[in-house]
Amino acid sequence: MHEHRDYEGAKIGMWLFLFTEVLLFGGLFLLYAVYLHRYPAEFHAAGKDLSRIFGTANTIVLITSSLCMALAISALQRGKVVLSQRLVLLTVAMAGVFLVNKFFEWSAKIGHGIYPDSPALLKLPPGEMVFFNLYYLMTGLHGIHVIIGGAVLMYGWHLMRVGRVTPEHFVFLENGGLYWHLVDLVWIYLFPLFYLVV
Amino acid sequence: MTGHDIKYDTGPDAGPDAVHDAGHHAVPVRTNMLVWAALMLLTAITVGVTSFDFGFLNVVVALSVATTKAGLVILWFMHLRYEGRVIRLMVFTAFVILAIAIGLTFFDVAYR
Repeated sequence: MHEHRDYEGAKIGMWLFLFTEVLLFGGLFLLYAVYLHRYPAEFHAAGKDLSRIFGTANTIVLITSSLCMALAISALQRGKVVLSQRLVLLTVAMAGVFLVNKFFEWSAKIGHGIYPDSPALLKLPPGEMVFFNLYYLMTGLHGIHVIIGGAVLMYGWHLMRVGRVTPEHFVFLENGGLYWHLVDLVWIYLFPLFYLVV
Repeated sequence: MTGHDIKYDTGPDAGPDAVHDAGHHAVPVRTNMLVWAALMLLTAITVGVTSFDFGFLNVVVALSVATTKAGLVILWFMHLRYEGRVIRLMVFTAFVILAIAIGLTFFDVAYR
């Protein structure tokens, strides 16, 4: 059976999809920037309430997971399928660590009564309210991307196991990797803007 | 990691102009490690710099460091450095469009 493969086309398609993601998050970053411009003091005050330790830890986890993904692709290209599989699993494990951290972080915030539309949040000055709403919206949307990315990579791992992603044909894993790096990319901006503001 | 089973590696010196099978360029492990180390260093810088108060400049520093990190991820981890002209042009165009959107919005907000 002849199978049509278009390596370049598959990657161009993936990049086009990633651009829509960039514009999706880009729009939210724009919203953030405009409100930071309007409420600098409130953003500063609210940003202090976020845990810098959690934020930094998650940054390290996500950057390292991106390294594992890049190494997984390189390993597969060199024909080291088992190593590549392990590196993909390691990447997904780090996605899990990221989400567990995020769970504790959100739980702590919610425990303090800070969540969208909460009585405590509604009593805050408008600038701080906007900050926390954007925090939940943007880290939440990012979190969903982490979950999707982890699922895509697990599927890629499965495809390697059954021999449908191989050192010759690995565009699925490479595109999954591109998605994963985009998730990392978004976090690279989320981290300083929310956890280290002004 | 330079075993005998290397299939597509065109060597650590292979830049964007190196002749290679499009997209089948395996980035050397060493390169990936160096990029990771640079990303870690930049993370340390961006966290460390917050203990100084430069006022508005803090945002500028934070965003510059973030953009440098983004560049490293895009060029090496996302292999843009090794891609052909079409994909590189596409990515460039997408970011120009994003810059226009951000720039025009600020032009509006700043002079309101």
